[in-house]
Amino acid sequence: MNTRPRAPLRTFALLTCMALVTSGVAASTGDAARGAAIYGRCGACHSLQFDRTGPHHCGLIGRRAGSVPGFPYSPAMRASKIVWTPAQLDRFIANPLRAVPGTAMGYAGISDAQERADLIAYLRAANDGPACRVH
Amino acid sequence: MNDRTSGSEGGASPDATRTDADRRGFLRGSGLVLSGTAIALLAGREALAKGAKSHDGDITILNTALGAELEAIAAYQLGAESGLLQKPVLDLAVTFQGHHRQHADVLAKTVQKLGGKPAEAKAKYDFPTGSLKTQNDVLRFAAGLEQGAVSAYLGAVPVFANRDLAKAAASILGDEAMHWAVLRSAVGEAPVPSAFVS
Repeated sequence: MNTRPRAPLRTFALLTCMALVTSGVAASTGDAARGAAIYGRCGACHSLQFDRTGPHHCGLIGRRAGSVPGFPYSPAMRASKIVWTPAQLDRFIANPLRAVPGTAMGYAGISDAQERADLIAYLRAANDGPACRVH
Repeated sequence: MNDRTSGSEGGASPDATRTDADRRGFLRGSGLVLSGTAIALLAGREALAKGAKSHDGDITILNTALGAELEAIAAYQLGAESGLLQKPVLDLAVTFQGHHRQHADVLAKTVQKLGGKPAEAKAKYDFPTGSLKTQNDVLRFAAGLEQGAVSAYLGAVPVFANRDLAKAAASILGDEAMHWAVLRSAVGEAPVPSAFVS
């Protein structure tokens, strides 16, 4: 019996892998409930609805970095040209100072990929939830 | 209800039952005069400023921490003025606010000594005042800020270029972890939920 995948299957597998890479594998497998607990770590500087030491997170997904009106971003963040996709968030949260040298977020980052995925899942869910509907 | 509230420049609570003299006496009794540790940290930073190279990255981290401390001072002021906190919880909040004030003072002086411009308190802070209806609401809000502060300092410790500053940040982290534990306990939660913080 021939066990080799046929060409269409190989193509499908390749495209699937490419899609996972470009959308951020971790972000697609996060648990928003666990992410809510992890978001507690951000509470000194961030909230969903309000600008604090850091900018608010409602509307974060798809937002251009450094674009919240009136927020005093670092020059580095304003110049970063990042758009906050899940994949970009994953990269930034892993090591903010490496992702955007000069950022005001002087934080070592979250090294655990699953925790980042959970956090991003929470941010995505919160963006669609009641806390952000009026924002 | 408007969720915006005025920030504080650090003025005393208008609570008519507490005079400034009462408060100073309370602060002395609580050990809230500048501690030997804080004096040592400042002394160390003076040596740092004189003998070591300035580091823009460290100044940025310090200023971010300073901004968060200034916001914490304003948050405790909001709690103290809310009328929701009863003694002795009110005294506890004022005590913790005093700690944050000391942290902010040390951070600002350190930024200055390193050649930077310290972050200043905002004219206005946004807090979720609409959801603060009971003493426990205020305490849970404060606990959330303290938890975040612990994580923020934990994340800052390894990225300071100067290890003296990392040590100072760890000292503040310890204090804020104690605040968090006390606040958790005050609302009936396990004061220390796990063996590690993150």
